[in-house]
Amino acid sequence: MIDFATYLELLDLVKASILAAAVLGIVGGLIGVFVMQRDMAFAVHGISELSFAGAAGALLLGVNVVAGSLVGSLIAALIIGLLGARARDRNSIIGVLMPFGLGLGILFLALYPGRSGNKFGLLTGQIVSVNFEQLWLLVGISLLVLAVLFVVWRPLTFDSLDPEVAAARGVPTRTLSLVFMVLLGLTVAVSVQVIGALLVLALLVTPAAAALRLSSSPVIVPVLSMVFGLVSAVGGILLALGGSLPISPFITTISFAIYLAARLTQWVRSGRSKVAA
Amino acid sequence: MTAVVAVRDGALSFGERTLWSDLDLEVAPGEFLAILGSNGSGKTSLLRAILGQVALDAGSIEVGGRAVHRGDRRIGTIPQQRLLVPGTALRGRDLVTLGINGHRFGLPITSRAERERVDALLASVGATAYATRPVGQLSGGEQQRLRIAQALADDPILLLCDEPLASLDLAHQQAVAELIDARRREHDTAVVFVTHDINPILGMVDRILYLAEGRFTIGTPDEVLRSEVLSELYGAPVEVIRSRGRVFVAGAPEAVHHEAEQAEGAP
Repeated sequence: MIDFATYLELLDLVKASILAAAVLGIVGGLIGVFVMQRDMAFAVHGISELSFAGAAGALLLGVNVVAGSLVGSLIAALIIGLLGARARDRNSIIGVLMPFGLGLGILFLALYPGRSGNKFGLLTGQIVSVNFEQLWLLVGISLLVLAVLFVVWRPLTFDSLDPEVAAARGVPTRTLSLVFMVLLGLTVAVSVQVIGALLVLALLVTPAAAALRLSSSPVIVPVLSMVFGLVSAVGGILLALGGSLPISPFITTISFAIYLAARLTQWVRSGRSKVAA
Repeated sequence: MTAVVAVRDGALSFGERTLWSDLDLEVAPGEFLAILGSNGSGKTSLLRAILGQVALDAGSIEVGGRAVHRGDRRIGTIPQQRLLVPGTALRGRDLVTLGINGHRFGLPITSRAERERVDALLASVGATAYATRPVGQLSGGEQQRLRIAQALADDPILLLCDEPLASLDLAHQQAVAELIDARRREHDTAVVFVTHDINPILGMVDRILYLAEGRFTIGTPDEVLRSEVLSELYGAPVEVIRSRGRVFVAGAPEAVHHEAEQAEGAP
């Protein structure tokens, strides 16, 4: 264990990491609502494996890892977006892409002569070891996603929940789907750096899934999801700082605990309303 | 008076197969037109053509005097009832709100005027009582009332209904059909209503467009729903049976063209 003064010193060192995690928590929570409503949790996982391959490739070539991660993510997101308009097609495409991406990534890491810590980090997260320059890149990408998401929010909601009528009402559904995939690709690429390719769902799906247990309001759900994402991401880092364990398990555990609490709340509520009725 | 829908020499095919051709059709303001026909006869495709989502192979379609185009806000659509699952972040009034501003880009803020419009629409279909309940918890009939309110958001001149009564029970079929009928009587909105069962709307329909075997016939229910007319249309003996105010078409060959059905069912 460490004393409080040392903790504060550490905190100062990882300020930028915390900021990056906070912004990602917010963006992940918000985009997660659409991931749930468009039934794309599996796609998130598929994109993250390709993102991992891209990052591993960049590591091997000695270029910017975030850039590699972005390239992998965007290629996967666009393939899934262009070929997988229907849910069944989409799932089979993802099922095919995912092991390929993971295999490619493992190959690159096996060829990489550098430190093994870096290798493991891409799969399970390593935000505190991301350098300062790249952290700002992560924050910038997250803010860009946030801005675009706000602009397309309403038509994207319409398209996610009611695609047929949305198309009849003049929503450019095809274009919007691709825009969404790009936003998702960007968010996944950032998440891979923060909590690792294998654990991306903890920030992109779990908070929204928890929020949807608690409300049906199109305002309250994204707000709750955003708060849950933020608490998981930042809380995970703050808890991990006190010990020697990695950050990711703290993030995934907090996020999971919030989900359990949400289910419990829903269960208690429905029990009460049944008694009342 | 300009026709709300005007199809001239329209033809549409699916692959090698002609769905319909030489179609001339005018729907007047306030008119209730039902489109009947077997699966794959091109009913939904005609609605798509009116929405500007598929182009005709020949001829032209105008809506309210203008060539069709995608996203025409003067058209309201009521789709087949498709249960929105529980766990959807949408309450009754939100579905209606999407009809008003769901197509608009920009910060997702609903103005007070828009909220008042939603209240008025909800009241007009009798859905105020469950406006704040999650859509996933509502019955099919309640969801379809909300659909009507959503379709009326922009005060349309034309309502396109694609099997809006399918999978509703009889009482709800009646209530939903009456709402649609009342709208066209009070606001002169033209209604084009695709259905496989004419009975719930038999007393409301002005004319029927019956599509079959690449051909069609148009006329009042009494003109079209006759054994000799449908037998000629199908090119096979078909019997129309009337019993206690209900009509049954017996022996109509189900022209099941699987690929066409799939194409029509595609999003």
